[in-house]
Amino acid sequence: MIEITKLSKSFLMHNQGAARIEVMRGADLSVGPGECVALTGASGAGKSTLMRLIYGNYLAGGGAIRVGGVDVARASPREIIALRRETLGYVSQFLRVVPRVPTREVVAEPLLVLGMPEAKALSRAEALLARLNLPAPLWSLSPTTFSGGEQQRVNIARGFVHPYPALLLDEPTASLDPVNREVVLDLIEAAKARGAAIVGIFHDAAARARVCGREVDVSAFAPVSA
Amino acid sequence: MTDYNFAYLDEQTKRMIRRAILKALAVPGYQVPFASREMPMPYGWGTGGVQVSAAVLTPEDRMKVIDQGADDTTNAVSIRQFFEKTAGVATTTQTAEASVIQTRHRIPETPLTEGQILVYQVPIPEPLRFLEPRETETRKMHALEEYGLMHVRLYEDIARHGHIATSYAYPVRIEGRYVMDPSPIPKFDNPKMEMAAIQLFGAGREQRIYALPPHTKVVSLDFDDHPFEASKPDVPCALCGAVDAYLDEVITDDAGGRMFVCSDTDHCERRRAAGHRGPVAEEDAA
Amino acid sequence: MTPLLSVSGLSKHYGAQIGCADVSFDLFPGEVMGIVGESGSGKSTLLSCLAGHLVPDSGAVIYDTRAEGPRDVITMSEPERRMLGRTDWAFVHQNPRDGLRMAVSAGGNVGERLMATGARHYGDIRAAAEDWLGRVEIDPRRIDDRPATFSGGMQQRLQIARNLVTGPRLVFMDEPTGGLDVSVQARLLDLLRGLVRQMGLSAVIVTHDLAVVRLLADRLMVMKGGFVVEAGLTDQVLDDPQHGYTQLLVSSVLQV
Repeated sequence: MIEITKLSKSFLMHNQGAARIEVMRGADLSVGPGECVALTGASGAGKSTLMRLIYGNYLAGGGAIRVGGVDVARASPREIIALRRETLGYVSQFLRVVPRVPTREVVAEPLLVLGMPEAKALSRAEALLARLNLPAPLWSLSPTTFSGGEQQRVNIARGFVHPYPALLLDEPTASLDPVNREVVLDLIEAAKARGAAIVGIFHDAAARARVCGREVDVSAFAPVSA
Repeated sequence: MTDYNFAYLDEQTKRMIRRAILKALAVPGYQVPFASREMPMPYGWGTGGVQVSAAVLTPEDRMKVIDQGADDTTNAVSIRQFFEKTAGVATTTQTAEASVIQTRHRIPETPLTEGQILVYQVPIPEPLRFLEPRETETRKMHALEEYGLMHVRLYEDIARHGHIATSYAYPVRIEGRYVMDPSPIPKFDNPKMEMAAIQLFGAGREQRIYALPPHTKVVSLDFDDHPFEASKPDVPCALCGAVDAYLDEVITDDAGGRMFVCSDTDHCERRRAAGHRGPVAEEDAA
Repeated sequence: MTPLLSVSGLSKHYGAQIGCADVSFDLFPGEVMGIVGESGSGKSTLLSCLAGHLVPDSGAVIYDTRAEGPRDVITMSEPERRMLGRTDWAFVHQNPRDGLRMAVSAGGNVGERLMATGARHYGDIRAAAEDWLGRVEIDPRRIDDRPATFSGGMQQRLQIARNLVTGPRLVFMDEPTGGLDVSVQARLLDLLRGLVRQMGLSAVIVTHDLAVVRLLADRLMVMKGGFVVEAGLTDQVLDDPQHGYTQLLVSSVLQV
């Protein structure tokens, strides 16, 4: 489902003396349906960079990133938008939403852009928010003023509301209490069971051990220092 | 004879105006620019109409001048005297006898016939100006038949008053093409614009001439659910009893007394001469 | 899939001064494209050329018309272009006073495009205007009020209603949230996003506000000195800018 070959990435800082920082070279990774792979490595090793490359948020330097038949490294913006809409979900650590939009609509949006009728999309969003124990009175409020844990759950609900065939999870259980952590791990297991290919970053070793079948140390993708 | 050239204007000017008139007749409703001259009267007193009349008058013509339907108001009297003096033409107050009628704000009640010319004095020839002040833009809108704005104007009327409150200078569409300002005639007169006589419109300050050849199709703009109505006060003329003529409201005392009388003085006089009497006239007789 | 708008080699000079130079891109149905750049970068010139308000020196702007398929807007006759401008296209000005008739009621403003395309039933026009006022979150009871009595945010929403009432497919927006309070901006952005999704609109949005494009635009073009220096997926251009100017632009934004 997710097939990465010979991926490389470097940043060129034009405004800082044209410094070139090479962060990745010859990265290979393959994740099949129903598989959950954990990215490991020290802080700054490039876990998030790899996730962003897969999502098309960072521009690949070389190599290929095939997700469900689309090579993200070469795809046009339009193809990537379609991929994100239908195939590739992403739960980031940050919540970026239009202020003022109620939480239930933030969560339902991925379904609405796919053309689902509003009532159905909203009821699905509400069911998921309830499952994540977000108090119902909060659903009609904008998540911008929520606590870190609450925002995190809104993010997770947004990422799981549509059954994406491929999912990227960046610290999905961070800042969650044990009960909600359990709910999220259940969601991940259910996604695996329906055949989703998942790439995740988990600092929580126990969670990692429970849902991930495999660990990949991204330090191995770092360019050999000169 | 007088020391003036016939009808005041010099021959070259009259030729220029006639060319504009011919063009206006060829493109009904289209505003033809012309080099309006300084006239010996202020703008707003009918300088456009006077120039058009001067250009079409011949020594054999018999002229009638009306102001709001009346032959005896200052404006009408002055212009009539102006042409008596500068052209030496015969004048009349009887609609049927006149060959050229210059008018301000009315169409005579007596139907006009072939061979007659009705000359309107026009203050603002551009019907779109109310909402679009740029002349470059209104010209383009006429050229491209973009007339949505006219209905915006009527929409505003209904939104504000519950009905189309525009009661004079009511916009018309000519032969399905140009939207035209009929000059500030009451909308009661709009249906009469489909007539046998030639209608010429002159705007002196604005330097525009436009025209309607005989029997041109003139449609008053409206909405399907708010159709055009040629309304007038729903009473008979106090003097002649006419029920189908346009009426002026006349205040008769300081106590709020009033009566409605024909605005067309010629029409009213002829009816009274024929023995018709309205409610007030009957009281007086009694 | 046929692009809704296909621009190639578009250039406009003001004497020796470059307005915009050699701009090419495709916009597909349902896509929102942002154009960012500093003042004088040519983004407004480009928008004016696209919308037919300015005649470019060279290049083509091919629009996929409903009736006749792809047509070059620049060589199209003026009546056709103006017809497009009041039916299938919409243009939202930065200053609502440029896009509204201030002497006409809110209902008249919204109804104008309907009347311009032949609507002649007052009741229907008014019903459509009421519906649209509601959709842009203006109390329909204010239908007979003039825009001058509205706040800046309401005026901007009224301008949007006035433009969208004919169900256009392509919307041009010039700094739609410029000059509005931050709280009002958010409301407008939310509204625009909803309308874009519900109506399947395509849009070209010119702004210098990177936060606005991040929330509204699928794709982004960065302009400098009349040239497009970088283009791509919005979040990719903002998070991993490739061109030196874009890097400067992104790093110059004040963080809240």
